[in-house]
Amino acid sequence: MVKLFNWLLPHPSLTALLTLVWILLQNEFSAGMAVFGLILGILIPIATSPWWPDRPQNIAALRMAAYCFLVVWDIILANIQVAWIVLTKPNAKMKPAWIVIPLELRTPEAITILAGTITLTPGTVSADLSESGLSLLVHALDAEDPDAVRDEIKNRYERRLKEIFK
Amino acid sequence: MTTLIATIAIALSLLIGTIFTLVAAIGLLKLNDGMTRLHAPTKAGTLGIGAYLLASMINSYTFGEGSLHELLIMGFLFVTAPVSANFIAKVHIHSRACMPPPPAPDDEIWSTLNVPEEDREIEEAKP
Repeated sequence: MVKLFNWLLPHPSLTALLTLVWILLQNEFSAGMAVFGLILGILIPIATSPWWPDRPQNIAALRMAAYCFLVVWDIILANIQVAWIVLTKPNAKMKPAWIVIPLELRTPEAITILAGTITLTPGTVSADLSESGLSLLVHALDAEDPDAVRDEIKNRYERRLKEIFK
Repeated sequence: MTTLIATIAIALSLLIGTIFTLVAAIGLLKLNDGMTRLHAPTKAGTLGIGAYLLASMINSYTFGEGSLHELLIMGFLFVTAPVSANFIAKVHIHSRACMPPPPAPDDEIWSTLNVPEEDREIEEAKP
């Protein structure tokens, strides 16, 4: 029974997500559309599961939602800061810097989310990953103290992601 | 009354979106280095477009049939914007068009700078 369930729904949350996206794409809700979305949501994960073998298990969904809200809030705050820097600070006074972040995360999915978060929050762009994925290279637009930026990213985002991807 | 409030909210969201998109354009012109220039547009993609989409959503819910397409646009944008920014950054590092990054810790090498053995000659022959 469990085997059948695993074969039918290799990624249950992906199924839910695909169904939701399908319904949103239709822009109006009807039972037929929901069923068709569910069919797609079951077929696509089955068809693509060979290409995603080591999927992360046990993602803390509630923490993930809380993390998304935190990131959106940070994006709004930091956008205002960066807009201020761009408009008022002369180029000569700006201190762009490379920041090396030693990673404690090991799952590729978690590292991808961390890199995406860093790029989305203004002021920092994740640029490169070291060969075996042990550290992340980040470019900061204006960092007085690169170590402080590194510690903030580690404390604010990486710690939370470690709790999400146990 | 609600239409009035909604209209004001739409106007405000549009204004916020315009301001941030403008700042991104100014940043693109003003900043003088490839890597710092990359910061400006990746930011407009988030807050600027987010404000436009919010305006569009309020508008569709007040003056017509509600629409949730905007949430999808937002979601896709949040997923794809970092990827393109990352690729542009990688190109800058690869072509040495920016200040060189510090060496990676633990005797590693940044993956963009890692040239496979058989391609070393081509890489060194480049002007």
